[in-house]
Amino acid sequence: MNDFVNQFWNWYVILFVLVSIIACGVLLWMQSVPTGGKGDTTGHVWDETLEEYNNPLPKWWMWLFYITVIFSLVYCALYPTLGSYQGMLGWSSIGQLAKEVAKADEQTKPLYDKYMKMDLPTLAADKEGNETGKRLYLTYCMQCHGADARGSKGFPNLADQDWQWGGEPEAIVQTISAGRIGMMPPHAQIGAETIKDLANYVRSLSGLPADSLRVAKGQEAFNSVGCSGCHGPDAKGMQALGAPNLSDKIWLYGSTEASIIETITKGRTNQMPAWKDFLGEEKVHVLAAYVLSLSAGNK
Amino acid sequence: MSETQSTYNYKVVRQFAVMTVIWGIVGMLVGVIIAAQLVWPDLNFGQYLHFGRLRPLHTNAVIFAFGGSALFATSYYVVQRTCHTRIFSDGLAAFTFWGWQLVIVLAAITLPLGFTSGKEYAELEWPIDILITVVWVAYAIVFFGTIAKRKVTHIYVANWFYGGFILAVALLHVVNSAAIPVSLTKSYSAYAGVQDAMVQWWYGHNAVGFFLTAGFLGMMYYFVPKQAGRPVYSYRLSVVHFWALIFTYMWAGPHHLHYTALPDWAQSVGMLFSLILLAPSWGGMINGVMTLSGAWHKLRDDPILKFLITSLSFYGMSTFEGPMMAIKTVNALSHYTDWTIGHVHSGALGWVAMISIGSIYYLLPRLYGKSEMFSIKLITVHFWVSTIGVVLYIASMWIAGVMQGLMWRAVNLDGTLTYSFVESVKASYPFWAIRFLGGFLFLFGMLIMAYNMVKTITSGRSVDDARVVLVPAAHHA
Repeated sequence: MNDFVNQFWNWYVILFVLVSIIACGVLLWMQSVPTGGKGDTTGHVWDETLEEYNNPLPKWWMWLFYITVIFSLVYCALYPTLGSYQGMLGWSSIGQLAKEVAKADEQTKPLYDKYMKMDLPTLAADKEGNETGKRLYLTYCMQCHGADARGSKGFPNLADQDWQWGGEPEAIVQTISAGRIGMMPPHAQIGAETIKDLANYVRSLSGLPADSLRVAKGQEAFNSVGCSGCHGPDAKGMQALGAPNLSDKIWLYGSTEASIIETITKGRTNQMPAWKDFLGEEKVHVLAAYVLSLSAGNK
Repeated sequence: MSETQSTYNYKVVRQFAVMTVIWGIVGMLVGVIIAAQLVWPDLNFGQYLHFGRLRPLHTNAVIFAFGGSALFATSYYVVQRTCHTRIFSDGLAAFTFWGWQLVIVLAAITLPLGFTSGKEYAELEWPIDILITVVWVAYAIVFFGTIAKRKVTHIYVANWFYGGFILAVALLHVVNSAAIPVSLTKSYSAYAGVQDAMVQWWYGHNAVGFFLTAGFLGMMYYFVPKQAGRPVYSYRLSVVHFWALIFTYMWAGPHHLHYTALPDWAQSVGMLFSLILLAPSWGGMINGVMTLSGAWHKLRDDPILKFLITSLSFYGMSTFEGPMMAIKTVNALSHYTDWTIGHVHSGALGWVAMISIGSIYYLLPRLYGKSEMFSIKLITVHFWVSTIGVVLYIASMWIAGVMQGLMWRAVNLDGTLTYSFVESVKASYPFWAIRFLGGFLFLFGMLIMAYNMVKTITSGRSVDDARVVLVPAAHHA
């Protein structure tokens, strides 16, 4: 890889590095000639008692110094050090990574080939496949969804029976591969009173305490201001749009009146990143099976 | 005591020497608190006192407040006594003292409030950076002004190192802190991307090389021969290792960016110069330790000398460890682990703090006209408490670091990681507890020192002030 804008900087680096390494050796060589005998001082005295002996450089120390200089020159010839010169061994850090990844992929290929031949429900029930899935999960997924996969505010619980985007094997694979962008639009324009009515209405759907007068008005508004367009007339949600079921007890952003009002007023935008390019089809497959097993185990 | 032209200016030395002990206690206390926060995360109280805000406060306090005060105190003392002249300007010297204290207080306020430039060891925002620059220019004028009016022909080796440190830190601070302000408390770095990272670690490693090494080698070259009562081992060695050290350190920064977006050639250059740095670093250690040859028996009952010589041993150890860690394949294991923290503290506690403590013990009685410290026994206790503290600290961090590195790279047959990150955190707890204990012991030693210092200053008979009077340079060849 050549990251110099032109050849001048390439040669600038080469010359400066070489001259500087050699200069260290030259400095040492120039100073290695002994002057005066052992035990003599330089004759200078500071602050009454400070003096300096004229002892020569310790031999072993000089050799240590020379060896590092020689090692450095050899390294320059073998490894990328001198500007865009790649070195005789052709090594690069990106090349080392590619080689290690290729080797690891080759070693694990038979295993993942086996996993790919299994459909998700079968793989989810497979002990070995499940353990691989769990380890992948703990490496790539737990940062958001938690070590127990039960999520937190804004990050869905993967261990329950609720699926915002669908719980069928294909839907889970799609969610992990391509990611999802969930967007609840902001509705400040419908007015604070109506928003409060709606909040009370959706709370009542989950069996939470609510103001009955507002519930009645909220139920009416649910259809008239367009909530039902995404969440459905019965408020049971629509997985094709990622619109959550509002009639269950699961609240991604909290169930208090205040947080529901915030959700309706300001909207919510959230993103599950796409993993296909980073993880590859095989690992996504194993992860999807693991996610499936989480909810199956909790049925 | 009259401060006439015939005396040295000890006032500014006294001020900085006392503040060295006080800031040492403050900085190390914050260190012990954050060490405790790692063991007991419940100790993170609120946004102002959590780990992320206190950690830069700890590093700034120990490096710039404790280390800085020690460097100011000793350099002002050494440059006057080895140039046989009073300091260049009493007014400017006083300005550096009060200016530097203001910088420290501002750091202690702004860092917990969350004002940071986000650059490690250079977190302070631009108005404080400007104040640092002004104080530093005054420091340079005072120091080099004193050198210029020296009464002797030759400049003593300690002053080469102090001078190199002052010049290099000025350069590093100005270049790395270059930023575009958007408000009084917020700025953006003048550099972007990998260039920003490279400038940051060129600064970061030279902060270690010049602030924490060259300056303290200056200290070593005065206080070791003085306390040992022996000539410096080799003038020739001091010449070679001085020039090689200040030249080579400037190149070593890229080893902080191994296996990153920094081009391979730059990483290699950083690694090679780090390796070359081994011999120049050891040159300083040899010159200090060998100065004691013929006077080894003094080490038995002189705790100040114990501090000075032990500090050189830790210096030698960490300057061997450093080049090894700069090798790419070693770094692949050690990087981002607690090994790095252990390495830094073997330098910071073992070398920097111990040489400072020894030097301040040497200075205090002389500055306050006493024949010796209030209690020599307490210095011995301080020595052993802090030595055990350092050993516990670095040994626990070595083990934790190597363990973390091995856990992170362990792979199963199916290609997955054997351990999740949090498992390596969990496995580190016992070692973090030992580290907390080690740090606590070191802090406790500083409290012993503070007691000894107060007792020395306030009690006991003052001897005459003869030593404050300028030493004639007559018998200088």
